[in-house]
Amino acid sequence: MDQDLFLQIPLDSKQIIELFTQATNWQERYRQLMLLGKQLPRLPQEQRTPQAQVQGCESDAWLYHCQYNRQHYYLGDSDARIVKGLIVLLLAAFNGKNTDEINAFDHDDYFEHLGLSGQLSPSRTNGLHALIKVIKYYANAQIKS
Amino acid sequence: MQLAFKEKILEDQHANFFMTIFWTALMDFTPVRTQFPTLTQTFNGYPLCYLDTAATSHKPQRVLNAMTQFYLKNNANVHRAAHQLSSQATRQYEAVRDQVMDFIGAQHREEVIFTHGTTEAINMVAHGLTQYIDSGELILVDSLAHHANIVPWQVLAKQTGAIIKPIPLTKEGRLDLLAYDALLKQKPTIVALSHVSNALGILNPIETLVAKAKAVNAITLVDGAQAVAHMNINVQQIDCDFYAFSGHKMYGPTGVGILYGRLEILDSLNPLITGGEMIKSVTFEKTVYNTLPNRLEAGTPPIAEVIGLGEAIAFLNDIPAIEKIYHEKELLQYLQDQLKAIEGIILYGAHPDNIGAVAFNLHNEHHQDVGVLLDQQAIAIRCGHHCAMPLMQTLNIKGCCRASIGIYTNKQDIDCFMTALNNVITLLH
Repeated sequence: MDQDLFLQIPLDSKQIIELFTQATNWQERYRQLMLLGKQLPRLPQEQRTPQAQVQGCESDAWLYHCQYNRQHYYLGDSDARIVKGLIVLLLAAFNGKNTDEINAFDHDDYFEHLGLSGQLSPSRTNGLHALIKVIKYYANAQIKS
Repeated sequence: MQLAFKEKILEDQHANFFMTIFWTALMDFTPVRTQFPTLTQTFNGYPLCYLDTAATSHKPQRVLNAMTQFYLKNNANVHRAAHQLSSQATRQYEAVRDQVMDFIGAQHREEVIFTHGTTEAINMVAHGLTQYIDSGELILVDSLAHHANIVPWQVLAKQTGAIIKPIPLTKEGRLDLLAYDALLKQKPTIVALSHVSNALGILNPIETLVAKAKAVNAITLVDGAQAVAHMNINVQQIDCDFYAFSGHKMYGPTGVGILYGRLEILDSLNPLITGGEMIKSVTFEKTVYNTLPNRLEAGTPPIAEVIGLGEAIAFLNDIPAIEKIYHEKELLQYLQDQLKAIEGIILYGAHPDNIGAVAFNLHNEHHQDVGVLLDQQAIAIRCGHHCAMPLMQTLNIKGCCRASIGIYTNKQDIDCFMTALNNVITLLH
């Protein structure tokens, strides 16, 4: 896979929180979320494979990982707009971080700040929990690059 | 009798005008709705608009009271009436069996088995028939079926070498009667049908389907989970061998359901669960099973839930049949009409005679996105495959949104839903 694709989300979690702080109601928050989702490059069909698919999402979602030195980078896609947006939020928080930073990241607090904590419940079918689990799994797996 | 009379009235053009006035009054339906405490909540500042009754219904206060009263006053195990409390509990529990018998028009009280729900009921039948099925025998399964009416038959087929064939659908989403006739010529042993499709709300012509199956001596099972709260059920009129439904979809509690079985065939079922209660005598060499209905009710049954189910039946019986049927019929039609008016909406199998539910997608939008954005406005609908993946494959979709109604739903709910859906459409554009 083209490694540049992994670097296409230039935002970090602070910038994301800033964007969401400006949103005053749920409509603006979700509009913002879906706009962010649009920035995500669409994974070509041949990369939407069952191996890359994240289980536990009602929509289809795929996640790729690569590591430069100690830093982890992720790339994902989904056929649902809101999940795409959620993936961008996760990439902004985790891309370029090392394993310790990823493990220490308080995602509950992050989504609370974004006004999206309702999306975080494990009973939700949006797969956010599943995505975070896979992100952490990759970060902790012994991957030689 | 009352129903036939009402249909006659409805055909009468003159009466229609008065009926319209009557329905308009009924659509608000306040007295019934106020009996449901959960429906008064708000989420994110929006009043809860519950359009997910096909997943589970809410429970009227009197059902909750009946269960609480049982625990407060009559709590004891049943069928072990060594003391007065147990005798009281047993009487109350067994009285519900009689209530269910009347409710579904069964001939004998022994034909009514308490289960934990529809899924368990169908599993009991599939398991119970396994010993009678030989390799190569044919099982026909409704293409509209819920997984609960597919998977148990697959297990049976795997164990016996029987073959499962789906009964195909027409492009309108109804069972293809010509294809069904052709399949029946292959002499199936079992025909598994749904009364009402959980995903689309399509009503099967169940009496015709069962009669045709019986003509070739097939055993028939009808999944009535989505029918029982919405229409009058008479198992003798349907003439099926088995009819299964759940308490929680008919304003009763979760954890209780009913398996109706025609006496002779029910008695032939090999029990799925063995143990206490279903036993006449046990030695380490040999166990003799009890007679029906206990034979199929191993272990301590969900007693409080059965009492709750009895109260739910009493609740439904207290609502005049005319209100029950036409209130929902009118509302569903209104919902279908409102949805049809939206540009770029796709409705699946939406017919005037559907029961309880309407399935749809917005063109080029993921059903999950629609569901999440509706949820922000406290609209509770179901988005997904509705435990009917083969049906979704037939429709060539991954899933859809389903709005479903109940006795407490009113016109305001539908209007709220439409406003919210239009907000979603604006957001997505």
